[in-house]
Amino acid sequence: MARSQIELKVNGKSVEALVEPRTLLIHFLREQLNLTGPHIGCETSHCGACTVDLDGKSVKSCTIFAVQADGADIRTIEGIANADGTLHAIQEGFREMHGLQCGFCTPGMITRAYRLLQENKNPSEEEIRFGIAGNLCRCTGYQNIVKAIQFAAAKLNGVPFQEAAE
Amino acid sequence: MARQRAYGIADRIGAASLNGVPTISRVNCESGVCEGGVPVIPAAFSYHRPKSVQEAVALLAELGENGRALAGGHSLIPMMKLRLASPGNLVDLAGIDELKGVRVDGNDIVIGAMTTQHELIVSNLLADKIPLIRETSLQIADPQVRYLGTVGGNVANGDPGNDMPAVMLCLGASYSVTGKSGERRIAAREFYQGAYLTALETGEVLTTVHIPAPAAGHGWAYEKLKRKVGDYATAAAAVMLTMKGGRVENCSIGLTNVADTPLWAQEAAKILTGSALDVVTIKKAVAAAEVITSPASDARGPAQYRTKMAGVMLARALEHAKSRTGG
Repeated sequence: MARSQIELKVNGKSVEALVEPRTLLIHFLREQLNLTGPHIGCETSHCGACTVDLDGKSVKSCTIFAVQADGADIRTIEGIANADGTLHAIQEGFREMHGLQCGFCTPGMITRAYRLLQENKNPSEEEIRFGIAGNLCRCTGYQNIVKAIQFAAAKLNGVPFQEAAE
Repeated sequence: MARQRAYGIADRIGAASLNGVPTISRVNCESGVCEGGVPVIPAAFSYHRPKSVQEAVALLAELGENGRALAGGHSLIPMMKLRLASPGNLVDLAGIDELKGVRVDGNDIVIGAMTTQHELIVSNLLADKIPLIRETSLQIADPQVRYLGTVGGNVANGDPGNDMPAVMLCLGASYSVTGKSGERRIAAREFYQGAYLTALETGEVLTTVHIPAPAAGHGWAYEKLKRKVGDYATAAAAVMLTMKGGRVENCSIGLTNVADTPLWAQEAAKILTGSALDVVTIKKAVAAAEVITSPASDARGPAQYRTKMAGVMLARALEHAKSRTGG
């Protein structure tokens, strides 16, 4: 089958590649670009571990072909940290609030939270839970994931983070 | 026939989330369908990205049964990954600007087929004119799926589990479809013929959804029972309602995933019209709605339970819609 030429931006860098049309974006990122941050969890569009940011949308990269991303601007977990190499507020939140246990879902959680906080600077707990409903954590560590995102929102808004009483 | 087969397929995908079936896709990967070290799961296909409806329609006409239109891809790609669909050609509609957006056209609200669920949710025009759409979109799948999943794909696919078809029956919408021989308009209420079987002919593309603007002050609700986020409905009900002097003036009801097609519950709506939505009349209407259902017994519950849940969703939707009238 003929390969297609695609040109896209990944984590700020221009990429040109030849892909088979049937190559899924997650496989392209992991196998051709060696970006193994986005994980393959369920491969069935459920778990969200493969979430990347594509043209301002959170997408499950296991459910889109690389060829569909021709011309797109993609950000993976590898492109989330600040330009100077310090952790992004969301990454810091996950560290400070123990937002990960095994860590498998974390890249997807952080990339999804990144877009969520772009769209809603100060989400309520309910809005965070609704916003990350497409990401599963099989350690069931949601409580601290929500706190991590609240921490990040507070930091990005320049206000002190106050943990809600339980 | 191919479409009939597809029904079982979708059921298996639905069951996958419950029974942990995703190993199916791994089997395909291990079976050695790899090239250049890149694992690939779907069967090979050629990819086309036309720039206009005309170009897409010409392509699809030429490809016939060997071509499939690709919208958001969140029904088709999972099927392709499981090798339960293997079109030789995908005609991606994403590059066609004329298929995007929401606009007013006379008395109609017109939604381009490639408008995503996310775009429906953030549309001020829809929130103002037809809030039922936003309420429904918010209950479809999860955020990632809503960023890519489109209204056109949702209504054209003919999956009885999809939410928008029953909503379109409820709203009295119609679909513009374009084929090689031109454009035609099909009422949503005449579009659905069976599971994955619609009035859309091979080679035709659904381009726009036309919805008559609902009366100001109407009440609306979409009540959906699902086991978890991202699931199809166990049963769901859409209601549009206008009241005058404490009585129902107009009422329309759509039901999701309790038959091979979405259902327009005409008899139930007729029973309610003129009533004050009292308990006795609602009971009668619920019974009339339940009687037209014929759900499958599956992982979401036995048929009898799903029929009853359709009734419960309808009763809730009526109450919710009533509370929103007159605003």
